[in-house]
Amino acid sequence: MNNQEGAACSSVGMSAEKSGKLFSHFKGPAFYKPDNRVIHPFNVIVQKEISDQVRSWRFVILVIIISLTCLGSMYTALSNIKDAIKPNDPEGTFLFLKIFTVSDGIMPSFVVFIGFLGPLLGISLGFDTINSEQNNRTLSRILSQPIHRDYLLNAKFVAALTVISVMFFALGFLVMGFGLITIGIPPTPDEFLRIIFFIIISIVYVAFWLNLSIFFSVIFRQPATSALSGIAIWLFFSVFYSMIVDLIMKGMVPQGLATENQVINFEMMRLNLLRLSPSELFSDATTTLLMPGVRSLGPLSMIQLIGTIPGPLPLGQSLLLVWPQITGLIAGTIICFILSYVFFMRKEIRSR
Amino acid sequence: MGENIIELVNLTKKYGDFTAVDSLNLSIKKGEVFGLLGPNGAGKSTTILMLLGLTEPTSGSVKVCGIDPVTKPIEVKKRVGYLPEDVGFYSQMTGWENLMFTARLNSLTGSESARKVDSLLERVGLQNARNKKTGEYSRGMLQRLGLAEVLIKNPEVIILDEPTLGIDPAGMVELLQLIVRLSREGGITVLFSSHYLHQVQEVCDRVGIFVGGKLIAEGNLQELSQKLFTGSPYVIEVGLFYDNINYENKKPEEWLFETLKKIEGVIKVKPGRNGFDIECMRDATPEIARAIVESGAGLHYLNKKEYGLDEIYYRYFEGGKNHE
Repeated sequence: MNNQEGAACSSVGMSAEKSGKLFSHFKGPAFYKPDNRVIHPFNVIVQKEISDQVRSWRFVILVIIISLTCLGSMYTALSNIKDAIKPNDPEGTFLFLKIFTVSDGIMPSFVVFIGFLGPLLGISLGFDTINSEQNNRTLSRILSQPIHRDYLLNAKFVAALTVISVMFFALGFLVMGFGLITIGIPPTPDEFLRIIFFIIISIVYVAFWLNLSIFFSVIFRQPATSALSGIAIWLFFSVFYSMIVDLIMKGMVPQGLATENQVINFEMMRLNLLRLSPSELFSDATTTLLMPGVRSLGPLSMIQLIGTIPGPLPLGQSLLLVWPQITGLIAGTIICFILSYVFFMRKEIRSR
Repeated sequence: MGENIIELVNLTKKYGDFTAVDSLNLSIKKGEVFGLLGPNGAGKSTTILMLLGLTEPTSGSVKVCGIDPVTKPIEVKKRVGYLPEDVGFYSQMTGWENLMFTARLNSLTGSESARKVDSLLERVGLQNARNKKTGEYSRGMLQRLGLAEVLIKNPEVIILDEPTLGIDPAGMVELLQLIVRLSREGGITVLFSSHYLHQVQEVCDRVGIFVGGKLIAEGNLQELSQKLFTGSPYVIEVGLFYDNINYENKKPEEWLFETLKKIEGVIKVKPGRNGFDIECMRDATPEIARAIVESGAGLHYLNKKEYGLDEIYYRYFEGGKNHE
């Protein structure tokens, strides 16, 4: 893992200062350094890919977009935070988490922004993974080196995931830092852990879209087609899917005097249909984690509610509540990865 | 020469109903420069891909350096350098950086890589372009960089797929000479495919002619031409001019025609552009020259025509077409 850190450091231009005057002209990934180490070929590809990603214009643009939304949502959150706390609010003790979830009704909250922009980030980091290598005619050259074929695919995935993780952790900690400075109340360990889990779930969510777009990059020769397919699926799930589910469920509304069971079944079915969408899974998971007051993601009957005292759930219970969502997201990620893996391994590597 | 370094037995590759390579048998000896010659779509590239384990054969076996690339592709890739047709490099990286990347993929240490990359860049004459992004390289420079890249791993075998495609004639000669020099100096086996005849003729020890997935002939130039032009392997072209000399009341042309026909080994005498084209079994040039001089006719030129790959190539294609 040392190597990767080295790559990350040098790609932001720190290698020159670190390694002194002798190697000052060696900017870029660690594998350019004429030292006496043998770097595992897998790590060499990861280093190169991270360096490529970080230096690309696309990444700069994405960072700008995401920092802007971040700033915007933080500004609204911080200016509305005093109205967000109501007396008798079970989440009153979780003031710090509000930075991520509060909105003024006009500007969406940080969580909503990440849910919306995450897929874009994933798709744009992955849509040209394999097909650009093929179009640059570098694929057969790299694969004729003594490396396993899956190294290339895996290394590219690891590199993109590393970039995303570093970016999300940096963003999350920056938001926390600004919040700390502005509201002056430090987060409790529980809040801090919730934020860490939120960041990890966001990374998994973006990894899902990343893998989906890597899959498209394996099967489509044109980067534009692959990007468009990714964006189409993203739009489908974020705009049309809930409409379609509503349309289907309208025909199945229980008529007249429905029993409680019927209503609950109906509602459960609607939710389960919605949960086929990764963005629904993500928003379920993150709201539960960042709003400890959420006790159930499905309908609750009156009997279940009788006698409950409104109070926040402990972190363990919140995690337990969203465990299916997290599992679903990870499963989706793995399915996409396996698909791209299988297709890539069976592909014939022509030079053009 | 030494043992066989590439051994193909009954190699077949099918894409659905289409047979790209049809029960190919071929062996290449160590240190040889072998030219794979054939028109586009003859199955040359497919054969090369199978040699490297980049695609699996439908049936038959491949052995490169005694190793099967289907089951042990890494071992093969360690020993075989491959320059793909129309090679590309990461255009945002410099030539030096691109080679460094390859060197590190081959598990060389940093200092070894740097030393090697520098010396190879000098060897292919790119030392001045080392810090230029490969996006700005010309076609010929890219090919030379590709050749340097192939040499990084100290290969036992170099496989070049259409190495001279898209390079100007001067660059082409330079590149081919470089390849041959490398092969001779390092004892490296070179296999290259081409559809240009002249290059192959110039540099190859042996040539295989590939049509429609089949290897229809292999051997060195003499062997090939003997196989092909059985009966008349030599053609001698003479250019003449005649004074008004009468010999035995015949015109000089007629007299010469009769005389030449009588020379041992001559099969056929045809009127040519400025004189005769004489087809013969053996090299009868001295006798022909003497006969002409004795006839009193002026001899402009006497040209021993050897069959080049052009003739061989076309002859084979005609043959191939007739077969079908």
